[in-house]
Amino acid sequence: MESSLKHTSLLDLEAIRRDFPLLSRKVNNKPLVYLDNGATTQKPTAVIDALTHYYSYQNSNIHRGVHRISQDITVAYEKARETVQQHLHASYPHEIIFTKGTTDSICLVAHSFGKKYIAAGDEILVTEMEHHSNILPWQQFCENNGAVLKVVPVTDEGTLDLIVLETLLSKKTKLFAFTHVSNTLGTINPVKEIIALAHSKGVPVLVDGAQAVPHLAVNVQELDADFYVFSGHKSFGPTGVGILYGKEKWLQQMPPYQVGGGTIKRVTFAKTEYADLPLRFEAGTPHIEGGIGLAVALDYMNNIGMDRIAEYEHELLVYATKQLSVIPGLRIIGEAKNKASVLSFVIDGMHPNDIGTLLDQQGVAVRTGHHCTQPLMDRYGIPGTVRASFAFYNTMAEIDILETATRKAVKMLA
Amino acid sequence: MNIAEIEKEIEEEFSFFEGDWEAKYEHLIDIGKFLPLIDTHYRTEERLIKGCQSQVWLHSELKNGKVYFTADSDAIITKGIVGLLVRVLSGHTPDEIVDANMDFIDTIGLKEHLSPTRANGLVSMIRQMKLDALAFKTKV
Repeated sequence: MESSLKHTSLLDLEAIRRDFPLLSRKVNNKPLVYLDNGATTQKPTAVIDALTHYYSYQNSNIHRGVHRISQDITVAYEKARETVQQHLHASYPHEIIFTKGTTDSICLVAHSFGKKYIAAGDEILVTEMEHHSNILPWQQFCENNGAVLKVVPVTDEGTLDLIVLETLLSKKTKLFAFTHVSNTLGTINPVKEIIALAHSKGVPVLVDGAQAVPHLAVNVQELDADFYVFSGHKSFGPTGVGILYGKEKWLQQMPPYQVGGGTIKRVTFAKTEYADLPLRFEAGTPHIEGGIGLAVALDYMNNIGMDRIAEYEHELLVYATKQLSVIPGLRIIGEAKNKASVLSFVIDGMHPNDIGTLLDQQGVAVRTGHHCTQPLMDRYGIPGTVRASFAFYNTMAEIDILETATRKAVKMLA
Repeated sequence: MNIAEIEKEIEEEFSFFEGDWEAKYEHLIDIGKFLPLIDTHYRTEERLIKGCQSQVWLHSELKNGKVYFTADSDAIITKGIVGLLVRVLSGHTPDEIVDANMDFIDTIGLKEHLSPTRANGLVSMIRQMKLDALAFKTKV
């Protein structure tokens, strides 16, 4: 393919793909074409080795240990925190809280920030394109505390309606939680502009970066985000670890979410004095190797270069859009101008699950269904989509396979 | 034909497709297309099988001591699988339906080829058919 050669100068795909053992697997006797990166990404050998190395040579509990290996791993864990800080361009390491993942990070803010700053009758704003993880914690908080959930609508092409957003931001709004990149539509929201607008009305924001961090450079200071959250496993790191970035000024004021070992300065039965940031929010023994592995994953991406990743993935998206959109009856869901490498589509008269099943038979892994965005599916009046989501290790040749396989599925289902 | 005979018939039918996923799925799709449609007024929330990624509706009726199933799905491959289940279980006594082991699903490689979420749907579907038969038992 001419198209697959054209881009070899941008990224050394052969070398990159060698770093990801799983990509050489076969599925249904065919080479795996892994296009479900929005759900989770594969892991480079560097990350896998870091986990093995941890259990082989470093395993010890962090913090408070007086012995050598405990001190060593504490240093490594705190260094991982600094790597995340630098990756997000946060001001301080203690603004980085290790969590279980994006969902856990959002739940932490909903409980802790909510408890301190949101009262009955106040409003929390989300958008119609949110993943359920960025709806349910707020919905539950509202139900339990008498606050009101408001929703910013999505336009036909899949962008946020910024005019309506402006009218919804009021004195009652205590927090605006929205996604950086839509997991279903691929839309990259104009985060900086949206945050400036929210701040001009005195509203702090939480940005769900789960689908942004694996694809583009994020600078939380430049964006002026109050909270920014993402997951390790969607960014080539281990499962079960995630990040909550919070501005110091908020985190300092917020009460602990989960409490227990590691979160304290002094405990008596009468009263407990909690630890400073970030430990106050990290109850129990953390996912130590997860944090370390995540830092290795971020280093791996930075070695390639976030700008080069974004540029290459944009070319993947453009090529995939061009190849798929000419398939008769195929309609792309999410046509914003500014998109990450996510391609959702439906085909007239065909169920997404049928297409997904037939693609799987041909070795192509995509996701079908509502992608945990049921309100968004309702908005478009569809039961679900077929979603191909790309990472920097995908190739133009794989897009050709996706196209051929989709055409075959359509022919069989017609 | 009794249930075991129908299962054997399906196994033989599918043995032609060994190693040919395309022919196998085309056959499933064909079965889906010929599934006797459920009356639209039975396509209700109450008759929806939970556990399926795609939607499946099941309706059961007792006539002369035998249970008759009709079903529908919004996805054609799921409908094909449902069609097989209806073909095996429909028109038999509640006892025969409750006792059916349904091993043919494994034999024809459907459990293995469909994703766990779908397999769960299949399991829910079979469970619902047997539960309905069980409920009819008291009326026979």
